[in-house]
Amino acid sequence: MSDAESPPGVADTDSPAGVGESSGFEPEEPNTGEAFEPVDVFPDSDDFDLRPGADSCYKCSACDTSCPVAEVDDDFPGPKFQGPEQWRLKQSEDDYEVDDSVMDCSNCMRCDDACPSGVPLSQMHNTARGEYVSEQLSKRSVEYWRNRLLANYRLSASIASKVPRLANFAMNFGPARWLMEKTIGVTKEREFPEFESETFREWWARRGGAAASRERARESRQRRGEPADADKKVAYFHGCYSNYNSTSVGKSMVRVFEEFGYEIVVPEQKCSGTPMFANGMLKDARRHAEVNVSSMSDLIEQGYDAIASCTSCSMALRQEYPELFDIDGIDEVARHTFESVEYLRIHEDLRGELASTEVDGELAEEFAYHAPCHARNQGLERQALELFRELDGVGIEDVGDSCSGISGTYGWKKEKYEKSMEIGDEMFEHMEDAEGDVGMTECPTCASQMEHGTGYDIRHPLELLSAALVE
Amino acid sequence: MAIESDVLVIGGGLAGYASALSAAREGAHVRLVSYKQSTLQAASGLVDVLGYTPDGEGPLVDPYSAIPDLPAEHPYRTVGVDTVRSALSLFDEVVPSYHGGQTDANALVPTHGGTVKPTARYPASVRAGLASDERDALLVGFDGLVDFDATHVAAHLRSAGVPFGVRGVSIRFPGDLQADAKVTRYAKLLETNATVTVDGRQRQVRDALLDRVQSALDGESRVGFPAVLGDDDVIGVRDALEDSLGAEVFEVPMGPPSLPGLRLEDDIFDALDAAGVSIETGNPVVDYEPVAETTGETSATDESSRVAHVVVEKNGAEVPYSAEEYVLATGGLVGKGVESDRESVYEPIFDCHVPHPEDRYDWFDRAAFGDHPFARFGVDTDDDLRPLDGDGSTEFENLRAAGAVLGGYDFAAEKSGSGVSLATGYAAGRAAAGGVA
Repeated sequence: MSDAESPPGVADTDSPAGVGESSGFEPEEPNTGEAFEPVDVFPDSDDFDLRPGADSCYKCSACDTSCPVAEVDDDFPGPKFQGPEQWRLKQSEDDYEVDDSVMDCSNCMRCDDACPSGVPLSQMHNTARGEYVSEQLSKRSVEYWRNRLLANYRLSASIASKVPRLANFAMNFGPARWLMEKTIGVTKEREFPEFESETFREWWARRGGAAASRERARESRQRRGEPADADKKVAYFHGCYSNYNSTSVGKSMVRVFEEFGYEIVVPEQKCSGTPMFANGMLKDARRHAEVNVSSMSDLIEQGYDAIASCTSCSMALRQEYPELFDIDGIDEVARHTFESVEYLRIHEDLRGELASTEVDGELAEEFAYHAPCHARNQGLERQALELFRELDGVGIEDVGDSCSGISGTYGWKKEKYEKSMEIGDEMFEHMEDAEGDVGMTECPTCASQMEHGTGYDIRHPLELLSAALVE
Repeated sequence: MAIESDVLVIGGGLAGYASALSAAREGAHVRLVSYKQSTLQAASGLVDVLGYTPDGEGPLVDPYSAIPDLPAEHPYRTVGVDTVRSALSLFDEVVPSYHGGQTDANALVPTHGGTVKPTARYPASVRAGLASDERDALLVGFDGLVDFDATHVAAHLRSAGVPFGVRGVSIRFPGDLQADAKVTRYAKLLETNATVTVDGRQRQVRDALLDRVQSALDGESRVGFPAVLGDDDVIGVRDALEDSLGAEVFEVPMGPPSLPGLRLEDDIFDALDAAGVSIETGNPVVDYEPVAETTGETSATDESSRVAHVVVEKNGAEVPYSAEEYVLATGGLVGKGVESDRESVYEPIFDCHVPHPEDRYDWFDRAAFGDHPFARFGVDTDDDLRPLDGDGSTEFENLRAAGAVLGGYDFAAEKSGSGVSLATGYAAGRAAAGGVA
């Protein structure tokens, strides 16, 4: 401190290691006094300033090593280029066009978790991709409309679920799949997810909605010896899959949380935006985010926390929303959003409860567990193993740290299908090697890839928690 | 509520891994939290103990015999030479594929800089490349892989006076990868022996590579490649290449990103998994909460305090993680376990005291390769690896430090980084487990 406050030059004279004493290198004494006037290089802007992130990159290439696409795709230059390098090019050249390879990034976001220097790589990718799609990709191209269709899965799903049997038949009818590949470039190799005859929300309403949940939670609290007025309230963000395709995940969430005495509400919500970010459809994503943020922030003000059962949904609300959008209340929503099992680990003695129970029946299985990439960035990649490895009646094995390869919509694209399966190969192999023949993961699209590659049934940790603690 | 465990280890490098494994083997329930994925991807994969003395004497033949003469503040002196040996034994047990444990003497391993590094343990894939071996060697680089310039490496080794003839050639990697292909791409192609297009023909990548190496070979009995010969099964790839080439094959360790470092991470991760360690990455530990002082009047005189919990930040949410014992293994100045600004040098989570001169112009030497005091910055500890405050008393009863966050040694100059991490991690982990009620 004493030195920093001295005017420049003064410190030299009585410094024992006087400048120039022993070597030819004479560093200029930095100006640390009052004369220092910071210069605002980039004036105020409404855009997110990613320069500090770009400056933090010291080119160690940890991100490139973690990138599952760069490992199989010779045309993909990797996250270090897509992120900090391309961001600089964009700033320095007026007519710089975003490189079209940004569309080959699958948005797995593993680079975020790899970077030892805190560079916001996925934020850079998302903004570059958004710019590419809005300014360079032709709105008349098949690619644009194919991507828009895939990104807006919620819309297709909401229509299909009105006529679930017809949709299940039509979408998996061979000639129809062939035609979709030929005309719009959606691979014919994959089975479309099945639509349930009753959506989660329909089930929730039929069950009595929030009022019934309040009643059930109260009964649980009484049984558990907790105060009747305990402040245990959560708002469930079910996302698209739990509503239309895998409703048992949503139902398990409700049963488990009510068992622990939580009152649940299921607010109005749209798609989290995950498939839209990955396809650079930021306008669509923002429209959906506005609805989600508005309904969640109202509830958060009333003391609720937001809970998601899909790790990509929780990722979107926690990280991508505040990184990409400036919406009133968005930071509060991010701070109060949790993945469902994580929330119980924080607030309840989940390990203790599981130690005194056992599973029998349908889910008394050996599970081959895959951690979704989006779970990794939230620190959740090992929580299912930690919880279930000592649970009586079941076994669980980690199938390794590779990416499943589907990354939401990536593996649905005709030109990406082969690469998606090549990325997934390591996981498929480890699943086959694992003792069990039932898979487990938190991510619904990882689940579909696991099923596609191995033929296994895939379950969600909430379903097992429900079997262990409720049923 | 908080997320609980007996022992909480903060940091995902070698020191954190060693701490977590040692504590778990003593029966404690251990949780390891790391801000990001393991930094071992930046490690060469060589495990050194001591290559040079702090005065620059070396390369040392026997690192263990030099330990008693190290300065008193050196972490090796804190834990003692027996602990260093025990830690290396544990390493040998969990990473059996490594060589070097059969002797106390350092091995001399050529690196991609053309230097010869004294090291205590090395991966099997580099064995045939040792500089003490007098057989001639051919080094083969790939045109696009600029981190390994074979002719340059060979020239450096020759001028370092290695006791064998060494030559370098650069060839085109089959399949014509783009100029900035990642090391993982080379490894994937070699490990899966993928089909690539060579001169318009579809060929298996290993065969095509061997053709090109064969024509460059001039009687050398061993061939060195950059360390990209596969990921999970480097030995399988090496053996396949050796069989066809009729010469021994070895890898030359590279800088980051390093496949030998990633493989080492995988091996230790498996051991952590088997020992039941809970692991999570992706979010930083940002703060701590001390145990509330008892309200009695004696509390003011009670110097010792304890950590009640640490705070993990998840996108703005602050989640408490509690344990009985804590290990700080967050790294040094590069790993951000020790931070500095214009005013001071500090430890960012617990604000442990980091001794340093007041005048920041005394933090470094004027010569770029001089004897920099900053290289030895880190926390000072008691005999039990518990950080000390400025007055020399223990900061917290239940906090120990391991690895590069410790002060008193310059791992880059001494070539002692891995050994200090393993030895202090081993000691801190065992002591932490011993402190669990």
